Amino acid sequence: MKAGLLQRAAAAPHIVWSALFILAPMVFVVYYTFTDGSGSPSLENITRLNAGNYLMILVNSLCMALIATVICFLIAYPAAFIFSRMKKKAQRLAILLIMLPLWMNFLITTYSWMTILEDTGVINTLLSALRLGPVHMINTPGAVICGMVFCFLPYMILPIYSVMAGIDPKLIEAAADLGCSPAQTFAKVIWPLSLGGVISGITMVFVPSVSTFYISQKLGGGTFQLIGDTIESYFTGTAVNYHFGAALSLILMVLILISMAVMNRFGEGEGGEIR
Amino acid sequence: MRKAFAIAACLALSLLLIACLSACGRSDEVLYVYNWGEYLADGSYDTMDVLSGFEEYYEELTGRSMKVYLTTFDSNEDLYAKISGGTSRYDVIFPSDYMIDRLRTEGLLLPVNIESVCEKYGAECYYEYIGEDFRGLFYDPDDEYSVPYTYGRVGIIYNCTQVDEEDCTGWELLWNPKYAGRILQFNNSRDAFATAQYLLGIDLNTEDPADWKACYDKLLEQKPLIQSYVMDEIYNKMESGEAAIGAYYAGDFFTMLEVNEDLRFFYPENTSLFVDSMCIPKGSENPENAALFMNYLLSEEPAIECAEFIYYASPDALVFENEDYQEDMGEYVMEVLYPEDFHFAEELNVNGMRNLSPETLEYIGRLWEDLKISGGLPAGVYWTAAALAAVIAALVIYSFIVKRRRARWY
Repeated sequence: MKAGLLQRAAAAPHIVWSALFILAPMVFVVYYTFTDGSGSPSLENITRLNAGNYLMILVNSLCMALIATVICFLIAYPAAFIFSRMKKKAQRLAILLIMLPLWMNFLITTYSWMTILEDTGVINTLLSALRLGPVHMINTPGAVICGMVFCFLPYMILPIYSVMAGIDPKLIEAAADLGCSPAQTFAKVIWPLSLGGVISGITMVFVPSVSTFYISQKLGGGTFQLIGDTIESYFTGTAVNYHFGAALSLILMVLILISMAVMNRFGEGEGGEIR
Repeated sequence: MRKAFAIAACLALSLLLIACLSACGRSDEVLYVYNWGEYLADGSYDTMDVLSGFEEYYEELTGRSMKVYLTTFDSNEDLYAKISGGTSRYDVIFPSDYMIDRLRTEGLLLPVNIESVCEKYGAECYYEYIGEDFRGLFYDPDDEYSVPYTYGRVGIIYNCTQVDEEDCTGWELLWNPKYAGRILQFNNSRDAFATAQYLLGIDLNTEDPADWKACYDKLLEQKPLIQSYVMDEIYNKMESGEAAIGAYYAGDFFTMLEVNEDLRFFYPENTSLFVDSMCIPKGSENPENAALFMNYLLSEEPAIECAEFIYYASPDALVFENEDYQEDMGEYVMEVLYPEDFHFAEELNVNGMRNLSPETLEYIGRLWEDLKISGGLPAGVYWTAAALAAVIAALVIYSFIVKRRRARWY
């Protein structure tokens, strides 16, 4: 009884926090979506989604985010695996190095990427000096994807690493003893066990990538528009309309929730089977 | 042991922080100033700190201690969102002309009364030094709600190593295919549309959708030539020579010129004008202190410091008639900022950007989106994404099949 009370007391700040800063904003988003300027209920914001280019903008964002997420995964998975097999001290150092970019504000890192990728930027100055000619990089989708990968890569590596580090080496030995080739060990033991980390990594990279606006503005030169830019423009642009901005955010949230639910089911099945 | 030490160190640090923060809060009066970024001499780059200057001035005047807090915004729309939200307390804000018009008509401003406040506190009032050209402007016909701080015009900046002088005739420079890929355009619908409006000779404040559509077509025609749509990034891109042509405010040009000497500037025949003024928003708890702050910013030393720091033209005669200031700025800067036969008030009342109806604003927003999205992404992006999606789907299906098959063995 006493422990229960203590537990509840300890949980209280967290609950208050969640209610204030997670639940309440969500409620506002839903409220704004289904009301018009005068505050009376309306579906106008939802029907308006059909009118413009919003589907196109959404598809563009999803494509970019998907590519960025897959690249992150391809870099992060081997990296996390290698880290988890290193000596303890080396592991700590490696993880510290991965976290290092997170200590800098990501607005600043994005801005620096602008000067790195520009036609007169760091890379192109080097390439020109080596007579490899300037390569146009800034303001292309590639530059934006590069920015997304750089900014969100740690969020992919960290969960995969922590799951990998938790895999008992004995399981791998046992697989080898029972006649698994290294490839089979990977496919039947390591991959299924690390799937949980992969899925949380994918979520943590995909969600911010799909909703980013700063990266696309700076590295894309504002020449194309992602859904994050559109939402931002309805909150701070010339034609401020919280209601429609909220509707766009809600659509994005619903889409993300659906894809997460699908992903989680996929992960659950695999993990459950191994146990 | 090490952990305990680490925790102790963290605690000590945070206590120190809290102590610092609370130590700052001990003063009789506080003033919350909400200004554009880098729009005051605040002690950075060897300038005078006008905020602490005001604190001293205030203490001398009233015998009470004062603490000024400065927060910054980067667009009039941001400022509007904050002020109309009504939850944040500010005492002095620095909106531009059309935003003052909007705030005033919506009843979100308090009268300034700078002269009577100065009289009450026995302070010398500097409002009289505001030039005749800056009285009774359209956004505040009776000069009741605003005190002008800076003004200026948009011009075209170009890099003389990359652009031929004879091409620099007017707004058509931004549409010149010769410089494709090196032209910058505003990343702000109203300013970007304005460039097309000047080119086409359309009224800036038109409410006719056909006019806006015509501008949109013009901007669409320009899009393949544009390197980036920029706001503050223009500094970086013009200074490094990455871009050759861009339209921006005259004052900011001089900041860029300090870094890159190859930059040049000219005013097209018709161009945007602005006045940034000081106002007191509704909800200010001490409008009298706010008025004293404005008065202080108009006095000679701080006014000159600020004008020299931000390089914008000042409506304050104590500044533009001061010989030291004129000398510091140099002949060229004075010529650009204060051209002789130019009547600002007349121009602004005719050509100034006004607030538009919500329908028009929404239409502009939609056209702006269309402009950004036109052309789409390179096909490679879609193909890659589709291929990746297909691979992922195949993997998911495969794993389901494997699972089903295995389930038969249990």
